[in-house]
Amino acid sequence: MTISGVALLAICTLLGNYLGELLGIALGVKANVGGVGIAMILLIAARIWLVRSGLFSAGLKKGVDLWGSLYIPIVVAMAATQNVVAAVKAGPMVLIAGTGAVILCFAAVAVISRIGPHGETMDEIEAREARERAAEDAAAAALGIKEA
Amino acid sequence: MDVLAKLLNANGLLVAFAVVGLIMWFSYFISKRLTFGRIHGSAIAILIGLALAFVGGLETGGKKGMADLPMLAGMGLMGGAMLRDFAIVATAFEVDVALAKKAGLYGIVALGLGTLLPFILGVVIAWSFGYRDSISLTTLGAGAVTYIVGPVTGAALGADSAVIALSIATGVFKAVLVMVGTPFVARLIGLDNPRSAMVFGGLMGTVSGVSGGLAATDRRLVPYGALTATFHTGLGCLVAPSIFYLVVKAVIGS
Repeated sequence: MTISGVALLAICTLLGNYLGELLGIALGVKANVGGVGIAMILLIAARIWLVRSGLFSAGLKKGVDLWGSLYIPIVVAMAATQNVVAAVKAGPMVLIAGTGAVILCFAAVAVISRIGPHGETMDEIEAREARERAAEDAAAAALGIKEA
Repeated sequence: MDVLAKLLNANGLLVAFAVVGLIMWFSYFISKRLTFGRIHGSAIAILIGLALAFVGGLETGGKKGMADLPMLAGMGLMGGAMLRDFAIVATAFEVDVALAKKAGLYGIVALGLGTLLPFILGVVIAWSFGYRDSISLTTLGAGAVTYIVGPVTGAALGADSAVIALSIATGVFKAVLVMVGTPFVARLIGLDNPRSAMVFGGLMGTVSGVSGGLAATDRRLVPYGALTATFHTGLGCLVAPSIFYLVVKAVIGS
């Protein structure tokens, strides 16, 4: 059922945010600490558990995927509701500090992501997975011929 | 006309779906036909969203961009924290656990640097603009981390409300800049794999900036960036009003 995926997602999001709030209180911070991240980890764990116990269904996946695929439109709506006027009008200190912070962090991303072995790019990962699937199919086909 | 206005006001979320859908369709059309796919459709859509927010803000004098127009109030619900968190969590279904684990340590280092570097820069710039008290300096430095860390820190330390407003503006400007700038520098900073996306999320921090910027660069990278970015604001709220404040106070001596 599609609703089971939506419900699972809602439960994970609510529980993650609740634990994030509790973590914030425990640390004496007036903010949610990692609520969304905790929710993501819960959902990943739930997926692994459901697959293992054979409860993972196409409908459930559909319910979660629907919201994942609405992600970009939601970000567009978020962009359309930002206080852009204030950000533009706020004056030179804001512009300098904001721009400087972004440039500094971009540079740090460039440095850190080049430390250590080169990571596989998304395109390479998808190509490798496609090759692996093709190899499995070929092996299965070869096996089928032998059995026949 | 009254009937239509009443209908649209009563169905705010549906109006938002329709309007955003049109923006998306138009953006992908522009991306394909005018830029031949060089600028990603979602990047154009986010830019249009920001431009509309600017127009909406000028028009109404409000703080919520388009959502301040009564007919488009549903935009606030669609783009608000509830549905944003819901959709971000949903992207976790695409996370490859092995890849995320491999990048874990890099993500943690990035989180630390992502809090420290902008804070130091923010404090230095605030100093150069004539701020000399440790509370204002800490609040403005925290604003350079994210637009939530700034006011949380300012409120905790009892900063002046004008200083808090400036710290929010710095954070919002940073988020907007990350959203717009990321697709243009993505190749330059090696942003094409899950590990660099996690590093990016930890360093840039702002969930809205990271999620928007990565969405405009490569949709498949979003869950990895969001996974680290979500801890960024919490970490900032933890260290800025405490450790960072004490260090700033000790350094400038007041």
